[in-house]
Amino acid sequence: MNTALSFNRLVTLGLWVVGGGTALFLIAPIVAIVPLSFNAEPFFTYPMPGLSLRWYEEFFASDVWQLALRNSIIVAIFATILSTILGTLAAIGLSRSDCPARATLTAILISPMIVPVVVAAVGIYYAFAAVGLLNSLTGLVLAHTVLGAPFVVVTVTAALSGFDQNLMRAAASLGAQPVEAVFRIMLPLIAPGVASGALFAFVTSFDEVVVALFIAGSEERTLPRQMWSGVRETLSPTIAAVATLLIIFSTLFLATIQWLQRRAERQKLTQFE
Amino acid sequence: MAMVLSDETVKTAIDTAALTRRLRLLRRRSQVKALLLVAPLMIFLVSVFVLPIGVLLTRSIDNSDVSRALPTTAAALATWNGRDVPGEPLFAALAADLKASSREDVAEVAKRLNNYESGIRSSLLKTARNIRNAQAPFQAAFIDVDARWANPERWSVFKQAMPKMTDFYLLAALDLQRSEMGQITGVTPKNAVHLDVLLRTFAVSLSVTILCVLTGYPLAALMARSKGWVANALLILVLLPFWTSLLVRTSAWVVLLQSRGVVNSGLIWLGLIDAAQPLDLIYNRIGVLIAMTHILLPFMVLPIYSVMKSIPPVYLRAASSLGAPPFSTFWRVYLPMSMPGVSAGGLLVFILALGYYITPALVGGPRDQMVSYFIAYYANQVTNWGMAAALSAILLVAVLILYAIYNRLIGIDRLRIG
Amino acid sequence: MGTIIRLLQTSALGLALATPALAEDTITVTSWGGAYTKSQEQAFFAPYAKETGVKILQDEWDGSTAKLKGMVETGQVTWDIVDVEPGHALQGCDEGWLDEIDYSKVGGKEAFIDGAAMDCAAATIVFGTIYAYDAEKFPNGGPTTMADLFDTEKFPGPRALRKAPKTTLEFALIADGVKPAEVYDVLGTPEGVDRAFKKLDTIKKDVKVWWTAGAQPPQLLADGEVVMTTAWNGRIYDAVKNSGKNFKIVWDGQGMDFNLWAQPKGAAHKEAADKFIAYTLTPDVMARQSQYISYGPTLKAAIEKVPADILADLPTAPDNTKTAFVVSAEFWADHDEELTERFNKWLAQ
Repeated sequence: MNTALSFNRLVTLGLWVVGGGTALFLIAPIVAIVPLSFNAEPFFTYPMPGLSLRWYEEFFASDVWQLALRNSIIVAIFATILSTILGTLAAIGLSRSDCPARATLTAILISPMIVPVVVAAVGIYYAFAAVGLLNSLTGLVLAHTVLGAPFVVVTVTAALSGFDQNLMRAAASLGAQPVEAVFRIMLPLIAPGVASGALFAFVTSFDEVVVALFIAGSEERTLPRQMWSGVRETLSPTIAAVATLLIIFSTLFLATIQWLQRRAERQKLTQFE
Repeated sequence: MAMVLSDETVKTAIDTAALTRRLRLLRRRSQVKALLLVAPLMIFLVSVFVLPIGVLLTRSIDNSDVSRALPTTAAALATWNGRDVPGEPLFAALAADLKASSREDVAEVAKRLNNYESGIRSSLLKTARNIRNAQAPFQAAFIDVDARWANPERWSVFKQAMPKMTDFYLLAALDLQRSEMGQITGVTPKNAVHLDVLLRTFAVSLSVTILCVLTGYPLAALMARSKGWVANALLILVLLPFWTSLLVRTSAWVVLLQSRGVVNSGLIWLGLIDAAQPLDLIYNRIGVLIAMTHILLPFMVLPIYSVMKSIPPVYLRAASSLGAPPFSTFWRVYLPMSMPGVSAGGLLVFILALGYYITPALVGGPRDQMVSYFIAYYANQVTNWGMAAALSAILLVAVLILYAIYNRLIGIDRLRIG
Repeated sequence: MGTIIRLLQTSALGLALATPALAEDTITVTSWGGAYTKSQEQAFFAPYAKETGVKILQDEWDGSTAKLKGMVETGQVTWDIVDVEPGHALQGCDEGWLDEIDYSKVGGKEAFIDGAAMDCAAATIVFGTIYAYDAEKFPNGGPTTMADLFDTEKFPGPRALRKAPKTTLEFALIADGVKPAEVYDVLGTPEGVDRAFKKLDTIKKDVKVWWTAGAQPPQLLADGEVVMTTAWNGRIYDAVKNSGKNFKIVWDGQGMDFNLWAQPKGAAHKEAADKFIAYTLTPDVMARQSQYISYGPTLKAAIEKVPADILADLPTAPDNTKTAFVVSAEFWADHDEELTERFNKWLAQ
């Protein structure tokens, strides 16, 4: 008994050392880059000689970075709308009890998450060149929709697995039209799933760089693409400033997702009651 | 119980058939409805994703550019015996084709042919430049520009390049080639690079997967054991990097690992290393492994964690109350029960790692670039679509096989995100 | 919700506006980035925009032609003017992806120094590919010859080289004892190419970074990532002058070369681009650039307008050309693609 106890303690200690170390490893680079964005000098070393906001100024004053930010937001918004609509419809279809060949259909619809993005980017480049969609925001929106839609399919399918189809039958027997039932019964209940899918789609587009490298011209450069050339060529602390802003942004997204998931869980519980 | 069917029975039978039919119709209609809902995304995906990739892959065997641009030469070559220096008709045919083609088409042909024999590109372009204004006899004119036109080997390159389909690129992707006799042999050492790259891609992905298991498993176990705010805090430490932009994380590693970066200056400050000899942590394999492990770790931790959470503690207590020593409780109960999480995470990490491009490109050296880098290089830097397509085909097949295994073992519908 | 809708409306508008080609009064000029583009901005872009109201969008490239050719092939040309090297100019003419320059609009070919007025591109500067080192790292005297770049025993420390065969192979041959004047005779033979790669083999493990952008070399020296690196001379001059770095240029075996304006075939704003090029190819305007970076002008009439204090830093200064070679446009137009492919394979091995 005693040995078991001390063994347990040893295990806990070991887990804290290795697991805790890994957790630190995960968070360390994200934490380390933030203060460097306030460095007065254009170097990446601690201790910092002084603090300044000059790199943020550079970001907000630079035409190139502002163009990139604007393009990223526009593309992400439209790609999100498209992927959310297409993905939600598909997920509703897949969740119907008599959907034929469900496994195959799902595997195809989700494949953009798995297929190496370079392969997709080269294929899309080749195809878009033929139809004149290179160097256009429209082309970027379409490509990003492909990459974002699978996330919507996955989250909405998960939300629908907790959805009681009897509710739809009940609505029908009470005289509701199918479309009305979808909008008034189903959508409100799976809304958290749809919303998290939309968030995933947004982040996927906002963070996407490989496809942008291939199909976007200089006027369609996006934030990640601009960062890519920044890191590859001249690593200035402006990159750290942009990174810090993006970290704040992802923290907000994480908080929203957590909140949505809590809500979905609570909803599931009330449904069971 | 005589075997006489009463009217009643017959009537019921008919009704049942009708009912079955009606039910089937309803079911069919419902199936169509389901498919109609799936259709918009499916059509979209096929046209913007599946078809483009399919068309790209056909480029790995397509070779029609040469015969399309040089139709007269193709016809004339058919009658050439393949050994002697060809006569005036073949030279005249090539001259006619070169005069009739646009400069862009000639450049494309020259590039294609250069894949068979290095150096033929510049020779053909130079010849085309001069032959545009030349008159018959063309044989002398060609040889005047470049003596190599008198070599039968030069013409056998043309002959080799004429078929509309080729296995040249797929073989080249595996460092193989076809000899003039049609046998498959290895390419010369200075051209042998792709097999190395494929093996390297596999090795890096495997190393990253192992590193992720070794670090991710204890972390997941720690998370599964923790309660309350500790568990929440740990979860956030895993999820925040997961939600942070890939480029932010990669550039953070560049900043940390540079010669005068945070890690090195920290070690110098601690007096652990000499300021004149900082550690080489970036633009090499170490940098790639660190950054890729960091980026893929959440994909390992989350599945293991969710499996561990579902292991009822009762089992462990039962095992130890039955007298099992703590280690064998872990080895024989906990580890096997958490294995599905490890295999799900491991497969996912391995699949994702195979296609990595951005991170190795930014933190690796030339010898750390994986197959994706070379696909991008062939497509973007040298416009060799054949090679880009052939390497894509190999990478895609590998990934799809693993995807199918994943689907079999874990089920794609259980793919969890966030 | 109201905000979201407004945001959507503005971005829908943005999408509608951003998709069609830009208005006639904007041209995109693609150059080599960093201090060089900055000097062009100060000497040409900003004054021109001020005088004419034409907006100049900047883009960057690394000299690999695939993207440029892709644009012309697909008919979606977003670069109106590209700053190219002579090899590109020849190749672009041959393969039909560059427009010819109409020299009657820019004062005639004879206004230029030898070799600067090419059919499909007009030169604006003479630059030198050299190698430079951080003098702080060599307190007892730094390297002085091209051979020293390859001598890791005498001058230990990580290096950076350009991730391209152009000038890298020439440097290897010169370091191996080939006379600068004969470098293309040797490189023109298969044995010569093998010899160059063999020489590169000797320092492959000491090359920590293979740079692709001209802004990288001074940055790599400043970060202490490498102790010496090949570079374009103006970039090093800029780091010394504007950031007070103690970098030294080794002129031995330098490769002299031109940068030229070229126009991709099918560019959207050809006329506006013509006007801008004509503007920069006037002696007074061209000479301005030498105030910002140590590159020499290509118009005979502009040479005398160069500030006196920069003369010794130009690649054309007599002291700097003793063992120089002129980068051969013909050689690279013919062999760039083959050697680039071989070079990249060699790198990956």
